[in-house]
Amino acid sequence: MSDGHTQFEDYGSNPGDPLPMLPDHVSHGRFERVLRARHFAITTEIAPPDSADPDEVLRRAALFDGHVDAINATDGSGANCHMSSLAVCAILTRVGYSPIIQISCRDRNRIAVQGDVLGAAALGVCSVLCLSGDDVSVGDHPEAKPVFDLDSVSLLSTIRTLRDENRFLSGRPLDHAPRLFMGASINPFAPPLANRVHQFAKQVAAGAQFVQSQYCFDIAMARDFMARSRDLGLTEQCHVLMGVGVLASAKTAKWLRSAIPGVHIPDAIIRRLEQAERPKAEGRAIAIELMQQLAEIEGISGVHLMAYKQEEWIGEIVTQSGVLKGRKPWAAPHPLIPGAPSPATVN
Amino acid sequence: MYKVRLWSVKHARGMERFYNAINPAIVGTLKLKNRLFGTRFDGAVTALEAKGKALFFDCKMCGNCVLSSTGMSCPMNCPKTIRNGPCGGVRENGHCEVKPEMRCVWVAAWDGASRMEKGDAIRSVQFAVDNRSKGQSSWLRLARDE
Repeated sequence: MSDGHTQFEDYGSNPGDPLPMLPDHVSHGRFERVLRARHFAITTEIAPPDSADPDEVLRRAALFDGHVDAINATDGSGANCHMSSLAVCAILTRVGYSPIIQISCRDRNRIAVQGDVLGAAALGVCSVLCLSGDDVSVGDHPEAKPVFDLDSVSLLSTIRTLRDENRFLSGRPLDHAPRLFMGASINPFAPPLANRVHQFAKQVAAGAQFVQSQYCFDIAMARDFMARSRDLGLTEQCHVLMGVGVLASAKTAKWLRSAIPGVHIPDAIIRRLEQAERPKAEGRAIAIELMQQLAEIEGISGVHLMAYKQEEWIGEIVTQSGVLKGRKPWAAPHPLIPGAPSPATVN
Repeated sequence: MYKVRLWSVKHARGMERFYNAINPAIVGTLKLKNRLFGTRFDGAVTALEAKGKALFFDCKMCGNCVLSSTGMSCPMNCPKTIRNGPCGGVRENGHCEVKPEMRCVWVAAWDGASRMEKGDAIRSVQFAVDNRSKGQSSWLRLARDE
């Protein structure tokens, strides 16, 4: 392990303690360190459990040990109810993981959001992803009241106000500002295609330091978007992590394409899955190829792997892709819960 | 009305010119009204603005009007009331993920902005609405602020 790696791994006697903040960094987090050191980064998503059992969170996170640099804890994704993102993050930071809290504008107004941001930082969360959120009508509580007091861009500027101006939106000063690395989501694969890059520019102007994209199954579109982003100088101000999905079958792909607006999957990908003898393995092969191709595109800093219900394959996919070039992300130092695989046995 | 709203975006440049032409007259008249009558007739002015903007833009009287920065497409018609859109869920045909029969308000906004002389205003970040202004007249605010 070279010196370039050890700086991401250092922690004191308690892996949950915050890392020392490096010069020019905005957070104590390992994720910011990896990106600023210009390493290709991997993030993934943890599905928050329908449970009040913290061990279930740790069991799910253990699957990613040594393979990812940060774990997004989704916030009622698809407008379905699960354990809160804040709670999942708090469980993860206690033992040293590097979670990204997702904050959706659907469920909380600016009072609740600012409180949660301070709380998250107090609980050791170092990275935040600002989202507008899926509408309540698509989830399991369509009768709920949608809030949308802020949108994702005003959420970014709100958190930047807390962090950089040391105050609430009201002007009331903070005693201690939240040290957060700020992110947003992009979708270069949905209309209005020509203007998606300008919207990205607005997110950067509002404070986004990293962005994670919706599923990318179309390399040509990704290349085009990145060229436009480079032209506007956005990749120098913001790290782009492209979303890579692991498709289980042609049926899943077709369902995603038709049921989830904004997901673009070319016919060629679906044909490949249809013709494959082992569709699941083909889905993983497609993900690996996409990762390798994306890693070659100038200005892409990493990939965001979304492998819902196939999380156990993340390690193999990352290893086979070779995009980390031998770098090994952080792993929990010892088995955190009875029965969970230790880092030594994971590989 | 949805069809008129689409027409307004399609004619965003004309709308922009018309608004720029009548804006001084509106503000001037309202300033005069304020001097002569104070807050009297505020209700009538607000009702007139609401009716006019409802016809052309399906205005929701958020009281924080940004039509000139959103390609003449009112962002309050977005089911998520996004002020810096669109979201990631736009359908391939450019329609809304929540209301599939409706063209995405923000696809329309970027389209309208591209037709306007000062359409680039859409690129600046808009902060969330001040909910206290709901139902209030933007014209009256302009007349008082200027």
